[in-house]
Amino acid sequence: MYKITKKKVLNEAVDLMHIEAPLVAKNAQPGHFVIVRVDKDGERIPLTIAGMDGDQVHIIYQKLGYSTQLLGEKQEGDFVEDFVGPLGKAAHIRDKKHVVGVAGGVGSAPLLPQLKAYAEQGTKVTLILGGRNKDYIILRDQYAPFCENIIITTDDGSLGQKGLVTDALKPLLEKDKSIDHVIAIGPVIMMKFVTLMAKEHEKTIDVSLNPIMIDGTGMCGNCRVSIGGDTYFACIDGPDFPGEEVDFDELMSRQNYYKDQEHDCYMRLKR
Amino acid sequence: MIKTPRTKMREQDSQERIDNFLEVALGYSLEEARQEAMRCIDCKNPKCVLACPVRVKIPEFMKLLLEDALDESFHTIYEDNILPSICGRVCPQESQCEGACILGIKSEPVSIGALERFVGDYGMEKGLANTGKPESNGIKVAVVGSGPAGLANAASLRKKGYDVTIFEALHDYGGVLKYGIPDFRLPKEIVTNEIDNLKDLGVKFVKNAVIGKSLTIDQLFEDNYQSIFIGSGAGLPSALGVPGENLNGVYYANEFLTRVNLMKSRTKEFSKTPIKLGDNIAVVGGGNVAMDAARTAKRLGAKNVFILYRRGREGLPARLEEIHHAEEEGIDFRLLTNPIEIIGENRIVKQVRCEHMKLGEPDSSGRRRPLPTGEYSTYDIDNIIISIGQKPNPILKDNTLGLETQPWGGIITDEFQMTSIPGVFAGGDVVTGAATVILAMGAGKDAAHHMHEYLQTKQQ
Repeated sequence: MYKITKKKVLNEAVDLMHIEAPLVAKNAQPGHFVIVRVDKDGERIPLTIAGMDGDQVHIIYQKLGYSTQLLGEKQEGDFVEDFVGPLGKAAHIRDKKHVVGVAGGVGSAPLLPQLKAYAEQGTKVTLILGGRNKDYIILRDQYAPFCENIIITTDDGSLGQKGLVTDALKPLLEKDKSIDHVIAIGPVIMMKFVTLMAKEHEKTIDVSLNPIMIDGTGMCGNCRVSIGGDTYFACIDGPDFPGEEVDFDELMSRQNYYKDQEHDCYMRLKR
Repeated sequence: MIKTPRTKMREQDSQERIDNFLEVALGYSLEEARQEAMRCIDCKNPKCVLACPVRVKIPEFMKLLLEDALDESFHTIYEDNILPSICGRVCPQESQCEGACILGIKSEPVSIGALERFVGDYGMEKGLANTGKPESNGIKVAVVGSGPAGLANAASLRKKGYDVTIFEALHDYGGVLKYGIPDFRLPKEIVTNEIDNLKDLGVKFVKNAVIGKSLTIDQLFEDNYQSIFIGSGAGLPSALGVPGENLNGVYYANEFLTRVNLMKSRTKEFSKTPIKLGDNIAVVGGGNVAMDAARTAKRLGAKNVFILYRRGREGLPARLEEIHHAEEEGIDFRLLTNPIEIIGENRIVKQVRCEHMKLGEPDSSGRRRPLPTGEYSTYDIDNIIISIGQKPNPILKDNTLGLETQPWGGIITDEFQMTSIPGVFAGGDVVTGAATVILAMGAGKDAAHHMHEYLQTKQQ
């Protein structure tokens, strides 16, 4: 059992939790993820680590499905059944001059430690945060200390400029020639279009993939992704990969294979 | 006695059992066990013992069984094999003890596996394995993985007085015994019971600890563990390497079985980790895991389940009993059939295209090599389950500097089972590649002996 030492509601759909997990915190680095099982017989869900301090591991999750909804019902002082990590490969912090981080929704959480690591090694960082509306723009204040240039986009224009993250990225890539790398973390469709744009401007790009996982330790093979024509397991070879080589369409289709079952499961919680 | 036929174990009817996950073989009654044990002719040089990877004193436990000394019979087995109820159920007896039984030449061998199961279950029910906690010698030892190799290693070391901690990556203990082997072959209560025995013995268990990630080998040494045993198994699925392998509806047996066994997916009842399975299922491979996958698919409601295997019948590596059970349950064996392409529609699997094979000269495995014929068939399917083997998980290797491995990922050990890192030993599937429960147990037990010698020398 792992104690929830802090819980903060970030918006109607997104929470932040601190979980006491010394075995995860000990070796955790930006880019790593954890597998959480909320209760006995629960599903194993992967969540990217948003930060850590001491024995605490920070997670940020969107209450999208059955298990994240269940997690959201837990309060400070409650426990989750299982919490294992750090899993995956740590993010590769490259030697770059100017990196643009692009986050969609909760993608802001895993991007935070990565962009911070870039800033700490002296790389100039620029951030684009996108969301459905102003409530979905999260962690802006945490970026502020190390990132001067933060651009916000919302679908409805309730905060920042109205439009998609790519609408903000395009002029940036066109006018600022110092930019030599992009990181995109968010919905697959967003990462796909950010990658296309980065490619068009001949910038390297890293993305963080979130296929369906079960064990998260290289055992089941459900999370396999095609990278440059070869198959990799996102749980042990990723979750970060060079965007240019990712088969995003395959990933989107694999994410949807269990959609009906997920919906059925979710509806049981609502009843 | 030679002429007396084998006493068959009672079994659940094949038509009934394909609707449930209860055990197929129902075991012996005391009377049946005695009847079967009487068939043993008590050879002067029992070949069965030599053919057992852990050298269970087979004629001796049978004699004790016949003398009504059941407790002693159990202890006789338990001295060499700490998991008799499990091995009695899942060992490939026909290629080990029973394969060596002298009765097999002219008649049928003694049903050693069924008898081991009987005595093991008797001991389990009576709690005979619980012999209290040996006093600790204060020397800490770490075991990586709670599968058969790790359990056997931990039990042996604990009995010698070591302070043993098992680290398990998953949320439940038992490794392949829990996530891989289905209930109808090995009920999970039996595995849980054996693990509880180890807890009673004083072995400590830590779950959700991925060694190499949560803690590294170096960190274990820093934590004052004096020696480490790696028994992390072979959990990484081997790919078929044909087009269409990443289509939706293509499962590796590991995923399929993990969903059903560890995560308790069922198609007929609500499960938080569901399994999506259609009517027509192809299973690629001829080993025990392939049989488990095929028979599990049947129990989940699949109408047509067929095995695709590139060799002939005699090449099937699965236990004979599993092959028989699979056939009784209506699994169709399409032998000498090699899948070459998985065909999809809208990224969902629809068909598998296969080439028919013929048998050529024996290859390095001693089995006749399958050769292509240039003739093809295409089968309609809803899912395909790939079950052609597992390799060691790369996490430990990738995160342990100086740990030498084979090109295929197996950990290299010396004649004392020590790896390239002093004090770190390894055994089981992580060294040999996917093999059997009993071989892994044997390796765990042998490694405990080598670790004991190493630690004694080190203390001096």
